[in-house]
Amino acid sequence: MRYLLRRLGHALFLLAGVSMLAFLFTSLAPGTYFDEMRLNPQIAPETVAALRAQYGVDKPLPVRYLSWLNSVLHGEMGFSFAYNSPVAPLLLVRARNTLVLTITSTLLAWAIALPLGIWSAERLGRLPDRLLSWGTAMLLVIPDLALALGLLVFAVRTGWFPTGGMASVDFETLSSLNRLRDLVLHMILPVTALVLSSLPLLIRHVRAAVADVLNAPFLLAAVGHGIPRRTLLYRHALPAAANPLISLFGFSIGVLLSGSLLIEVVMSWPGLGPLLLESILARDLYVVVGGVLFSTLFLVGGNFLADLLLYWADPRIRTEGSTQ
Amino acid sequence: MKARRTIVKWLITLAVLHGIVLCAGFFAPYDPGEQDRKSPYLPPMRLHLLDSNGHVHARPFVYSLKLREGSFDQYEEDTAEPRPLKFFSRGTYYRLLGFLPSRWHFFGAENARVYLLGTDAYGRDQLSRLLFGGQVSLLAGLLGAGITLLIGLCVGAVAGYYAGWTDSLLMRLAELFLALPWLYLLFAIRAFLPLAVSPLKAFFLIIAVIGLVGWARPARLVRGVVLSAKERDFVRAARGFGATNGYLLRRHILPETSSVLLTQAAILIPQYVLAEMTLSFLGLGVPEPVPSWGNLLSSLQQYSVLVSYWWMYLPALAMAPFFLGYLGLASSLQERGEAYRIETRSLGNLT
Repeated sequence: MRYLLRRLGHALFLLAGVSMLAFLFTSLAPGTYFDEMRLNPQIAPETVAALRAQYGVDKPLPVRYLSWLNSVLHGEMGFSFAYNSPVAPLLLVRARNTLVLTITSTLLAWAIALPLGIWSAERLGRLPDRLLSWGTAMLLVIPDLALALGLLVFAVRTGWFPTGGMASVDFETLSSLNRLRDLVLHMILPVTALVLSSLPLLIRHVRAAVADVLNAPFLLAAVGHGIPRRTLLYRHALPAAANPLISLFGFSIGVLLSGSLLIEVVMSWPGLGPLLLESILARDLYVVVGGVLFSTLFLVGGNFLADLLLYWADPRIRTEGSTQ
Repeated sequence: MKARRTIVKWLITLAVLHGIVLCAGFFAPYDPGEQDRKSPYLPPMRLHLLDSNGHVHARPFVYSLKLREGSFDQYEEDTAEPRPLKFFSRGTYYRLLGFLPSRWHFFGAENARVYLLGTDAYGRDQLSRLLFGGQVSLLAGLLGAGITLLIGLCVGAVAGYYAGWTDSLLMRLAELFLALPWLYLLFAIRAFLPLAVSPLKAFFLIIAVIGLVGWARPARLVRGVVLSAKERDFVRAARGFGATNGYLLRRHILPETSSVLLTQAAILIPQYVLAEMTLSFLGLGVPEPVPSWGNLLSSLQQYSVLVSYWWMYLPALAMAPFFLGYLGLASSLQERGEAYRIETRSLGNLT
């Protein structure tokens, strides 16, 4: 338990640090959302000044940070100038969409990488293994951007998949089963892009970790006992190889988040990415800060999940807590 | 020794690839900004050896493209007259490596324009833009990686060497930077810098941003190396002889970090080229009319381009060899590092 509490405290510290860092950057920013208004002759300077005062843009940095913290406690996370609404509800919808995408791709990528990596580790150095290594190298070489655009070109030319957004125009009129089908159809392209971009790294790590374990004396002994291959691989080798893989799981969420930012924009998936880009271009400060914070939250959450899994999977860590 | 040979192999590959981009003026048939307003969105011309009369030509040739009748954007080959490619031909004026004035080009055609990768909306040659765009993107990657490694080296050396509260403070900060998904961080920092600036300014701006964002990982690695290096016997001996901190760092400790830095460079450069591409693609990086690998692809954000002009996608594939080169270099460097570590460990056991 102490281990988990320590990790939780660490996560909170990180979030606080990131928010401060983000605010520091906002204070360095040249120009605000209201600069463009000031240039507009139809808006009186007094109006702009009043707006600035209303949103507290003219106050010093620590004051702004504290009032922002206050609004976080009230579940608002500041105020979006462009949307004229609190930031949190705005971000929540987008974050949900991003999560739908990243969670699906994470699970799918791992579901593919684990068996493939084990399969390849078992045949280390033989033809199938070498073919797979080449395949992952090729995938690794193609940048995310090229992958996403290539899939789009493919989809447009074949017309098999919808090429953008999250739902068809008539989504509201569909029955719930058809809605699900519609969502899945829209998810195919971005999920494929995300899975393909994260797959090579995962396969390589799984392969390395399992290959490492396969040479261990206890496994040789298990082979000697005549334990069947499948049980050997999945019951004995995999748990022993799990530790680095679980840490990698937390890390892979971060990679996927960065990847999904780009892929969401390219495939116009209404997630955090497009919102972030939009608000950067509009200088909508609090939305940017909120978006960055949300992404950190996901990453920290992913790492915390990995810690939990590690705690559950590895008896050594559990006992470490009790002996202290 | 086998590891060294593969490293050399990858280095040569990369040198050739970078050489081509460096001499873009020579390999590109046209100036990247030169517009041919009469032929927008021309598809790539095919190289032929066999003409429509069944004659075989010794020299590859292309056919000029003309509008198909009754269409405004469909082209077909004008098979009346083959246009042979001329190698080492004289064409538009450029400065090789930025200072050598020259008119020599790798290839060209007489009385006709050759577009091997097609043209964009303004009739600019995509091949030329790809080559010149590589200069911008690769330079951004190289300089960005240089900045990152410099910061990482300084921070890591200070943290590892002086230990204590400096160390813990710096490493907490590094953890902060590592906690953020790096593309989000890149965006966030870019968000607070001026948006509409001249291409040159934008270029240096994004190099600075990209370079600053990634310092944490190399700093941690360097710190680790410095921590172990400063406890080595010869370093202690040197300190015993009265060597100063600066001398110890410069002479004994920092050279130990070189292999880590090299490996990191091979990993970081392609990553930063990608970062530049992403920013430029989204319109936050190097703006038109200067070509970069990112803004070459940005026209694909328009649905009409995506549907009708698939060859606008070709530049995305042309970058793969560069990434392959860096990937190969990074993994062979890592392999050598591992072999080296095992070797020294076994030596340590012997003595």
